[in-house]
Amino acid sequence: MGFELKNWYSEKKQGEVVLEYNGSITSELITEALDSIEKSLNLKNEKNRVRKKVYNVFVECLQNLYHHVDYPPLTAPVEHQSNFGIIILSKDGTFYRISTGNFVKKEKLNYIKDRIDQVNSLSDEEVRMLYRDILSNEEFSDKGGGGLGMLDIVRKTGNKLEYYFYQFDDEYIFFSLDVYIS
Amino acid sequence: MYTLVNRLIANMETIIREGTPKTPYVRLDGENGLVEIKGRSIPENSVEFYKPIIDWLEKFGETPSNETGVNIQLEYFNTSSSKCILDIFKRLELIHKKGNPVEINWYYEEDDEDMFEAGEDYQSIINIPFKMIEMEE
Repeated sequence: MGFELKNWYSEKKQGEVVLEYNGSITSELITEALDSIEKSLNLKNEKNRVRKKVYNVFVECLQNLYHHVDYPPLTAPVEHQSNFGIIILSKDGTFYRISTGNFVKKEKLNYIKDRIDQVNSLSDEEVRMLYRDILSNEEFSDKGGGGLGMLDIVRKTGNKLEYYFYQFDDEYIFFSLDVYIS
Repeated sequence: MYTLVNRLIANMETIIREGTPKTPYVRLDGENGLVEIKGRSIPENSVEFYKPIIDWLEKFGETPSNETGVNIQLEYFNTSSSKCILDIFKRLELIHKKGNPVEINWYYEEDDEDMFEAGEDYQSIINIPFKMIEMEE
């Protein structure tokens, strides 16, 4: 019936799991996680091009979480930590999949959805042009991103972002994002 | 005036920062007119990391060397660094416009289309000659 986190997990862990983490997304965690995937044999054996894309997009996904995540709802079946997020990197066939999951307040749903739908609606060339436009014209927040994160992920992977919103309770949504790199 | 300018250049402190897993090696050498950034740039707070570099370039811009060579050899960088890197180029562009030529060498590995395109992005925004230099793996 309702959203089951363990079902979500098993779906995202299809293939060979290179890294999975759930908990506080801190600066130290990001350093450690990157160090850990750099040691993965799967990636070491990849072409330079693919390997760097995976590192780059992985960091962008984690830092996207880092800047946006919050406490999970009290009733969620996870540890109650600040900046809670989940990340899974797996190699599934010929693809690498990076899945992130986090709880967001319901009122943020439309904002996130609109952003992703907009990025997904663009052609490769439009993505490149919008990226340059934002880079050269817009003031960045102290967080630095200025809305380039999602755009950069789509540009580097050449694939659309896949997202799902699962209703968790009256207040919260579980936001799931999949990025594919081939 | 000449001696004063020389003295100011000599007083430009050379800054060298070793690379870390998230931040690049940086060398800012006023005396030799050299700016180098190498490695990866993926700090969570890029503004904090790049502020001293931007400040240095601002000071350097007051009495720049006759020519300035810039070597950018990044493995990869996050979007939060991208704006800071643009700010560096903007500072350099001011120096170039004032009549002290700046040349930017943008290095990328031979199959790294992302880094090549990133160089093109900056080239399209900044009016300084870019030399795109392909490196063999």
